[in-house]
Amino acid sequence: MKIGVLALQGAFELHKPHIEALGAQYVPVVTSKNLNDLDGIILPGGESGTMLKLINIVGIHQQLANFLQTKPVWGICAGAILLAKSVKNPTQESFSILDFEITRNAYGRQLDSFQEMINDYQVSYIRAPQISKVGKNIKILKEKEGCATWLETPNVMITTFHPETNLSTPSPWHRRFAEYCIDLVS
Amino acid sequence: MNKSSTQTHINLKTGLAEMLKKGVIMDVVNADQARIAEDAGAIAVMALERVPSDIRRDGGVARMSSPELIYGIMQAVHIPVMAKCRIGHFAEAQILQAIGVDYIDESEVLTPADESFHIDKHAFNIPFVCGATNLGEALRRIGEGAALIRTKGEAGTGNIVEAVRHLRLINREIKRVMSLDDAELMTEAKNLGAPYELLKLIRQTGKLPVPSFAAGGISTPADAALVMQLGAESVFVGSGIFKSENPVAFASAIVKTVVQFDNPTAILEASMGLSAPMPGIEMKSIPIEQRLADRGW
Repeated sequence: MKIGVLALQGAFELHKPHIEALGAQYVPVVTSKNLNDLDGIILPGGESGTMLKLINIVGIHQQLANFLQTKPVWGICAGAILLAKSVKNPTQESFSILDFEITRNAYGRQLDSFQEMINDYQVSYIRAPQISKVGKNIKILKEKEGCATWLETPNVMITTFHPETNLSTPSPWHRRFAEYCIDLVS
Repeated sequence: MNKSSTQTHINLKTGLAEMLKKGVIMDVVNADQARIAEDAGAIAVMALERVPSDIRRDGGVARMSSPELIYGIMQAVHIPVMAKCRIGHFAEAQILQAIGVDYIDESEVLTPADESFHIDKHAFNIPFVCGATNLGEALRRIGEGAALIRTKGEAGTGNIVEAVRHLRLINREIKRVMSLDDAELMTEAKNLGAPYELLKLIRQTGKLPVPSFAAGGISTPADAALVMQLGAESVFVGSGIFKSENPVAFASAIVKTVVQFDNPTAILEASMGLSAPMPGIEMKSIPIEQRLADRGW
């Protein structure tokens, strides 16, 4: 199994040990060629506005959009923002893969970053966004201060927190995402 | 943050540095420059009153920027904002933490406030970045709590030679540490002036325990590609952008380069159509007492 991680900017390398611990292959995605044969893709944390610009700079926008519509995808923090239907603070474009609204840096600045335990596994919220509205037929698996932080549909996973900063591999979310990818393969 | 948790997961301070990887952090002196940087695709900005080449030209004592200037820049952009305090000046750092910047650079570019000690960075909730010319210096800063290390290339010179020296030296020293046996490691710690436990960690992982960026003297796309290929995980660009003839073009070109730093065709494309870069200074023409990299202990 090959799991891609968009590697234009941000926390992409931290996914490598988690993916490899599952016996899968880690593929950093920089060009559209890297998308070939992937079973799924992770859009990692970083700065969403910067990532959008870089997606256009390297000319991968159309191919990535096609991929996201047909294969399993997991968006984390900035990656979640790229997948949202609408983005606030500021308004910016997105791939609109799942029907939810998200607000950038909604908890505040770095001083407001925090960690918490979810199912006995430590995760980090780093200058995290907040999901303000969620559409129909989307499972909300975790909430914080009245806002969803973990969403799922059969093809898409969204977390506003980072499990990949935990060095105990593989994280439960990576394991779950690999199951998404296997389901689609079979 | 308790001790056991730092061993099992990356803490929030280093976590933010992870988010900034493969990015360009640009020095800006006002809100307009900050917006230009953000529009070009900067991953963060460093809020300063003067870029390093002006600090070098003006002489005198260089201090933390005014709170008003930093607030103005924080309000202008959505990307993280960093600001510099003087080496050892923990009161300036306290003010920067109260302002709520996202990262503090305890920087040799400003005039040091303490000739013996750096700030105890564990005492702060805001993460710190510090410069290092070699492995011992990097590990002393990490021991004091720095969550990100950068090279101390000679700021404000437009000359990449010092940053290259630091990157190569740190890479070489890491390789050496990996070749040492248990009996040799303590003496190495003594010789480097580095914490023994951190050296043990490096011997296991083969890299610094925090992200490592390049800074100082980066003024062209080729400079950025050079330090990235030498192992830097992101670049700080100081005077290189806003002291060039066309800051918008240089900002975009360096962003374009860093995302594809190992693709010569892309770097060529990014290098075309630029006007003159910032003027450079040869190292030999800088008197020893004016070299910034020697500041730090």
